[in-house]
Amino acid sequence: MTANVLPSEKKKRSGVAQWLAADTINGIKRQRAILGYLFLAPTIIGLMIFIIGPMLYTIVLSFHKWNIFRPPEFVGLANFNRLVQDGRVWLSFKNTFILVIMTVTLLEVLAFSLALAVHRLAGSRLAMFFRTAYFLPVLLSGASVAVTLGYLFNKDFGVINYYLGLLGVDKIPWLTSSSVVLIAIALTTVWRNLGFSFIIYLGGITSLPTEVLEAAEVDGAQGWRKLVRITLPLLSPTILFATVTDMIKMLQFFDEPFIMTRGGPGDASRTVVMMMYEAGFGNLEFGYGSAIALTLFSVILVVTGFQFVASRRWVFYQ
Amino acid sequence: MTSLNTNISTFTAPTATRAPLKIDVGKWLAMIFMIIMAILTLMPFLWVVSTSLRTPVESFSVPPKWIPVDMDFTNYTRVFEEIPFFQQMGNSFFITLSVVFGQLLTASLAGYAFARLQFRGRNVLFWIVMATLMIPGQATIIPVFILISRILHMNDTLWALIIPSIPTAFGTFLLRQYFMQIPNDFEEAAMIDGANQWQIFSKIYLPLASPGLAILAVLTFNGKWNDYFTPLIFMSTKERFPITLGIVDLQGYMGTGSVSVVLAGIVLSTIPVIIIYIFGQRYLTEGLMMGGLKG
Repeated sequence: MTANVLPSEKKKRSGVAQWLAADTINGIKRQRAILGYLFLAPTIIGLMIFIIGPMLYTIVLSFHKWNIFRPPEFVGLANFNRLVQDGRVWLSFKNTFILVIMTVTLLEVLAFSLALAVHRLAGSRLAMFFRTAYFLPVLLSGASVAVTLGYLFNKDFGVINYYLGLLGVDKIPWLTSSSVVLIAIALTTVWRNLGFSFIIYLGGITSLPTEVLEAAEVDGAQGWRKLVRITLPLLSPTILFATVTDMIKMLQFFDEPFIMTRGGPGDASRTVVMMMYEAGFGNLEFGYGSAIALTLFSVILVVTGFQFVASRRWVFYQ
Repeated sequence: MTSLNTNISTFTAPTATRAPLKIDVGKWLAMIFMIIMAILTLMPFLWVVSTSLRTPVESFSVPPKWIPVDMDFTNYTRVFEEIPFFQQMGNSFFITLSVVFGQLLTASLAGYAFARLQFRGRNVLFWIVMATLMIPGQATIIPVFILISRILHMNDTLWALIIPSIPTAFGTFLLRQYFMQIPNDFEEAAMIDGANQWQIFSKIYLPLASPGLAILAVLTFNGKWNDYFTPLIFMSTKERFPITLGIVDLQGYMGTGSVSVVLAGIVLSTIPVIIIYIFGQRYLTEGLMMGGLKG
């Protein structure tokens, strides 16, 4: 905007040019401020249009009844009333919570122990091999994993039942019985996400201050005692972060149950996001779908809030 | 720090002597645990590859044949016949690379502005960006669907999967952290040499932040390539599907008839991510670890 200032005119510049002059401190400051707004504009406008605006609109929609055929109509809390009385919604929340508890417990315990074990191999080729092996499933899409493990969990032809059979276990109807379907889906999800949590824990353990650990050893702390009294407290920020991240991820469970069982048998593996998908995009009830989405979001907010409180109270920061 | 020191001093002598044998047992248990977990992790991969090479008749053979006797590559050619595979792979590449490029561009500008430029309202804008980090995709998907299909009329086009994914709070935050680590000296030196504000950003700070750019690129690639939920909502024409939808589609065609063809499709669709991983391994794991350290 000030490019066409001729050298001869430099002394008596126009207002704008003077205001933005690169040879005065105030001019540079103003240049940098304008640049700041310009640089931020795409991101801020984009977030407004595709995240913040839609988030607010989800709230508005949840108080409306709106399907494809009629204009939106304000209905107050009717959607939430319906939601509370909808047995399938309750079931989907129950399923989701069961899945969250199973997957997160398994994930954190397995990933943490694996990280401890691999860390002891300290940088050897074997450590590299294990690291790569555990991480590989993270590269797959939920869709591919669901399709693949869906075959492996097949009751009659599945590899898993075959090997369990060798151990004398009867064929388990993994995906067709409402009593075990959540276990099969939880195991699938653990298989895909283990490498992610593992890498986070390994990073945490690697960055532990060696002086503290060595001092503990000099003082005679070993084995379990060192683990429980030294390593665990030092790692508590990592543990909290990984647990909460995994919980938030698992609360939004969709790909695996959708592809493996379509929520079945019956509604035995239907998750909250699947209910929202069905209401919003299956039945095109945007209002009801938004109410479900908003309820799930509130649960996620509570979990995030818990992380915030917990990190102040129990987590040990150096 | 102080509480820790007192902790240490409270337990000292008693555990100092331990039988070396016991430590070895622990070591071996750990080794067995790691090996079992590695087998459990790798077996499905082996099964996918070996089954994708089996004849359809043998594809469901029990006990599973881990090494196919006569390799049959026709499953791979079948993939191309059943679904518009190359088209769908091309769509995935176009979507993923556009989002990666768009995120790198917008997030590096915004991250730089937050880290190094002073202007009124910067903190407020920064907290707005941070607040959006907490909003999960599902909470906004219905309005985004309405926006894309009713107002922008981009439904069932690749743009529906690209444009909403470009503005990124996470990427902005990540790159801001990188720009903040770079010392001010570079900027002062550049100004003395007569560089203007744009040059300071593009010629000096952007290259110095390249590890952060790489991390963002690799994480976004992995996430977007594997996305299933958004395309499921927006796409209806097979020729415009990304490959994640294509694979599930393929499974639908094949039913329980030929598992091998479906698995061949999975192998083919995973190759690009594996290649990205081989070259970007450091950045991918580093990016995930940074998340962990941040706490």
